[in-house]
Amino acid sequence: MNDTEPLVRWDWIGRHIPDITERLLDHVIMALVPVLLGLLIALPLGLASARWRGLYQPTVGVMNIVYSLPSLAVFIVLIPVTGLAERTTVIIPLTFYTLAVLVPAVVDGLESVPDHVRQSAVAMGFGPTRRLLRVDMPIAVPVVLAGLRVATVSSISLVSVGALIGRGGLGYYFIDGWQRQFYTPIIVGIVLVMVLAVLADGVLILAQRLLTPWARARRTS
Amino acid sequence: MNWLIEFFGTAANWSGPSGIPARLLEHVEFSAVALLLSMIIAIPLGLFIGHTGRGGVVVVVAANAARALPTLGLVVLIVLLVGVGSTWPVLAPLIALAVPPILVNTYEGIRGVERDLRDAAYGMGLRGGQVLLKVLVPVALPLILLGLRIAAIQVVATATVAAYVGLGGLGRYIIDGLATKDFPSTLGGAVLVVALALLVQLGFAVLQRAVVSPGVSRRVKSR
Repeated sequence: MNDTEPLVRWDWIGRHIPDITERLLDHVIMALVPVLLGLLIALPLGLASARWRGLYQPTVGVMNIVYSLPSLAVFIVLIPVTGLAERTTVIIPLTFYTLAVLVPAVVDGLESVPDHVRQSAVAMGFGPTRRLLRVDMPIAVPVVLAGLRVATVSSISLVSVGALIGRGGLGYYFIDGWQRQFYTPIIVGIVLVMVLAVLADGVLILAQRLLTPWARARRTS
Repeated sequence: MNWLIEFFGTAANWSGPSGIPARLLEHVEFSAVALLLSMIIAIPLGLFIGHTGRGGVVVVVAANAARALPTLGLVVLIVLLVGVGSTWPVLAPLIALAVPPILVNTYEGIRGVERDLRDAAYGMGLRGGQVLLKVLVPVALPLILLGLRIAAIQVVATATVAAYVGLGGLGRYIIDGLATKDFPSTLGGAVLVVALALLVQLGFAVLQRAVVSPGVSRRVKSR
């Protein structure tokens, strides 16, 4: 637009630190609550579909359909129920997107347990519940966490679409920058969203290392 | 419900340049052009990288970064930088978002073909290019199609958001409806976008069934 406008005005950032922090916090809450809720719901759902194979196809089919719905459209459809510019209107659809990624991941993770491992556990006298908790779940961790990483990063970036219905955390800066033809807030928003995503991804990679110590032992041996 | 009846029941919403058929056609047109351009960029590149094994790390890093990119921010920034003169600049962010999933899935698909299969093809006397086109691509096709499907859905969704910066299509009902507090229009637009996304999903399921060799799809299922 305006050729003399610099891409980043540092003084604007300096003056808006409190405002930026507040929106950042709102963004983090709206991005992470759905991931936590999604994980809590996906574990039993995934376990159920791994246990009763008949459930698997319909569950994954529904999840596929949910995942294909454009987030803006889902936000809009929810407005009459949960209200405009409300946190809940953003959190509910993002929870469903998390489910759509995590339920197949949990099922695939449990399927990735080799048969001989399962049989060894049975031979060692593990009952079904103990086997699930002590053998199947730990082995499924890498696949589940891979899904969790995808869900977390997508959730962090999708929250900003909520700005179009008045509640988008850092996404507000995209609207603000567009309306004033002003690059700085847009770039601040994009950079912070990406930094958040990279940080969250890093935490999950760390979690995977801590939860699967045997993977490292195998690599170094 | 009443809002939906109001929107879909109004005769004026069905004709003219801002009628539902025209908007739907626009949406499909933009999405198809963006997807086609993304394919022209991403598929050859993915085939090359997957076949030669060069530059794989860059692809994976780029794909992860692309997932974190906030769509709305990218749309707004690119259009501000390029200018709002015509609708074409709005296609740039759509392409930027569609290229990574196609590229990564093509690359992963080709790279994931079993070593034995590749060696057998060479052993039968096929050359590099022939191995790629006759063996690697058919075997990798389910993954390549998955990448295309993700990209297509991404494009349809982002085209909705891009209505905010002036792109036509179904997003117009949503954005204009929000701006003028015309809720029936907003909700109607959202329902249409959801329907279109479901159609795309269905289309890819049918396409997959039609083009993937039965031998390959059986292997994928039994995995």
